[in-house]
Amino acid sequence: MSKIVKLKKGFDINMVGKAKQELADFAPAQTFAIKPTDFIGLQRPKVLVNEGDTVKAGTPILIDKALDQVIYAAPVSGKIVEIKRGDRRKLLEIKILSDATITHEQLGQVDIVSLDRDALAAKLAASGTWPNIIQRPFGIVANPADTPKSIFISAFDTHPLAPDYAFALQGQEKYLQAGIEALAKLTSGKVHLNVDGSKAVPTVFSNLKGAQVNKFSGPHPAGNVGVQIHHLDPINKGEIAWTVTPYGVAQIGKFILEGIYDASKVIAVTGSELTKAAYVKTYMGASVSTFVKGNLNSGHVRVISGNVLTGEKIALEGFLGFYHNQITVIPEGDYYEFMGWAKPTTRLSYHRALGLLSFLTPKKEFVMDSNARGEERAFVQTGVFESVTPMDILPVYLLKAIMAEDFDEIEELGIYEIVEEDLALCEFVDVSKHPVQELVRKGIELIQYS
Amino acid sequence: MKFLRDLLDKQKPLFEKGGKLESLYYAFEAGETFMFSPKHTTGIKGAQVKDAIDLKRMMITVVIAMIPCLLFGIYNTGHQHLLATGGTAGLWEDFGDKTWIGVKLVLPIIIVAYAAGGIVEAIFAVVRKHPINEGFLVTGMLIPLVVPATTPLWQVALATVFAVVIAKEVFGGTGMNVLNVAMTARAFLYFAYPAQISGDQVWTYLGDKMPVDGFSGATALSVVYNAGVEGTQTAVEALASHNTVLGSGLYEFTNLFMGWIPGSIGETSTLMALVGALILIGTGVASWKIIFSGFAGAYIMGFVMNLFAVNEYMALPPEYHWVMGGLAFGIVFMATDPVSASQTETGKWIYGLLIGFLTVIIRVTNPAYPEGIMLAVLFMNVFAPLIDYYVVKANKTRRLQRATV
Repeated sequence: MSKIVKLKKGFDINMVGKAKQELADFAPAQTFAIKPTDFIGLQRPKVLVNEGDTVKAGTPILIDKALDQVIYAAPVSGKIVEIKRGDRRKLLEIKILSDATITHEQLGQVDIVSLDRDALAAKLAASGTWPNIIQRPFGIVANPADTPKSIFISAFDTHPLAPDYAFALQGQEKYLQAGIEALAKLTSGKVHLNVDGSKAVPTVFSNLKGAQVNKFSGPHPAGNVGVQIHHLDPINKGEIAWTVTPYGVAQIGKFILEGIYDASKVIAVTGSELTKAAYVKTYMGASVSTFVKGNLNSGHVRVISGNVLTGEKIALEGFLGFYHNQITVIPEGDYYEFMGWAKPTTRLSYHRALGLLSFLTPKKEFVMDSNARGEERAFVQTGVFESVTPMDILPVYLLKAIMAEDFDEIEELGIYEIVEEDLALCEFVDVSKHPVQELVRKGIELIQYS
Repeated sequence: MKFLRDLLDKQKPLFEKGGKLESLYYAFEAGETFMFSPKHTTGIKGAQVKDAIDLKRMMITVVIAMIPCLLFGIYNTGHQHLLATGGTAGLWEDFGDKTWIGVKLVLPIIIVAYAAGGIVEAIFAVVRKHPINEGFLVTGMLIPLVVPATTPLWQVALATVFAVVIAKEVFGGTGMNVLNVAMTARAFLYFAYPAQISGDQVWTYLGDKMPVDGFSGATALSVVYNAGVEGTQTAVEALASHNTVLGSGLYEFTNLFMGWIPGSIGETSTLMALVGALILIGTGVASWKIIFSGFAGAYIMGFVMNLFAVNEYMALPPEYHWVMGGLAFGIVFMATDPVSASQTETGKWIYGLLIGFLTVIIRVTNPAYPEGIMLAVLFMNVFAPLIDYYVVKANKTRRLQRATV
């Protein structure tokens, strides 16, 4: 039965720099990178190529020795120009200089009907599309040997300046359909497709079959798949569910129908510091410099792969993260402000404490910079985390349990149900400026590796 | 402000690691961040933008919410003085004199509280190498408001030091404390120097003047208590006929509500406490649940007392409990302290309700403590973690049951 869930708790961060619904003619990215650090839980990465090798899109270039049936493939064809390592030879980036026209490894079409579940999983694992499938709990790349109780797809993104999937995925209906059919075969339960209940279902999703369609409405994080799972079929200890973004579903579908690993995606190039904020078609792991350089309207900026709540700061020449579908460019906030804590301000705040005026202008779009707005303190204010977390979870108690490394408490308070992004708003609204998402990951790792 | 920034930047290396005054870093840092919000930026991963609020702003909001009580308290201190010594008749007569008398009495108390507490804070920050806690902005203002204007300054200093050290710093500072710091200061005074903070003589400042004939300095609470013991007239009658020498209706409901009565500096006026409550609730800094359930709890218990009344105090109309003594101030400013209060949303209802219950029970049934709010808040501070424990346990149980169904 499809469900309709209306969420009240949460907070929308409206920012300047929304992407215009058009494909921009930015110069195409030349270099692409696979960053093993994007894959949380990737334990023992092993590079399968050497500098100077030529690869096609879909050529395996990396595996995790702990889960070696899953390959990580080259997003584009071209030449491996650099394998960058950091301290203690930690693998950071595998850079590929792309060909002018992309050639694909021919992996062969897949007939879903004739294959059994394990054979299908093996095919997907070897195709390069598998890392799109994320396991809950823990938010790590799924293990093909597991059978999840359900698979969840959130068909909308409520993060600040997030891409509109209806635009970014237009024309991909048949791939989405094939992807859903493939996923349905992998689970013992259902595939849930969760759409935005506050508006009409976009055509790209409205005709899909084989999935239970649920409607979610409310402020961010209504679009977070973790929140949706909590309201549909919460994850208990010992259970496994999988999540895939629509981008990943389309990629899987394309592999099924055409037998290639196509890492192309339409991403949103957003942020207040850009002259032109629009969508651009590129490939996973693209160097963002051609989209950003020459497109800036100020000098001192921070480029973020992903959105401002869960993203990662990258260099101007940095690369798009594997799971990121947008880049955001905001002003860097490294300035002092005289009596900054007392002055009335129109800066965005969830709170209404003295001098915080943004609640008067709920529709306004804000320019937000990266200033930390104060220093870390002990937890003081209560009730705020709960009011931005539309789940039956007590974030402060969970976070305190993680700080105290109390394993039983961490488990009992619901660590299995969340990943970083689900409590990202807590990190934003926190008066005491705790690194909430870092703590969540720490808690997950405590349980995962215990 | 550039010259100030330049000055700070020039001095900063002295206090940083390896500098001559390295040990005083947190003292310097406190001053610096007070003048300039820091230029830290968010980390590489995680939230890249942050909400405009910080703890300083939140704390200063509470201080602002106390200002109506403070200003009223200053004027009322002068007003009560002139009233008791026969110097005035009307409420707004001698406005300047009353304000001046009030300022002379109250300002030193505030300065002493901030100075004593501030020094302790700074010493702890430097020795234990942690940033100075903003929580003291609030405590330093709360303490003066809950003592009578006649309190000796050395007692204010001692109580503040005691409270900051024992109630807060030994636990690790703001955010870690179990008890409300200001209430601890008051409780310390109450038990260490009862002569200066209880009885009938301390609530009105007389100075070197003689009170008018027939003057009684008893508070409404002790008037009602005596009415209960004597039983010759109802409590409301006793209140109405009290101190008629100072003009009629001193302890009538409206006057009690307005707060033109003797008492601790900031707590006499229910109206001003409600103004503060509006600010706190409007800004979202204090929990409306605690405030609402606190008042509700007092009313309910007052009503229950009515049902089983065996003396005149128990028969007192419940709404009088709202306006006598420090109940309103205590619920609005003390009970809502987010650190020592219950921290779960369900817990806040229970916590507030029980504070209201306990206050009235202590008032009515315990002859040793005319005012119950202080002990009720401290008592519930201690029990708040227990309430939370069960609320959290319920959350865990829901999760567990889901798994087994």
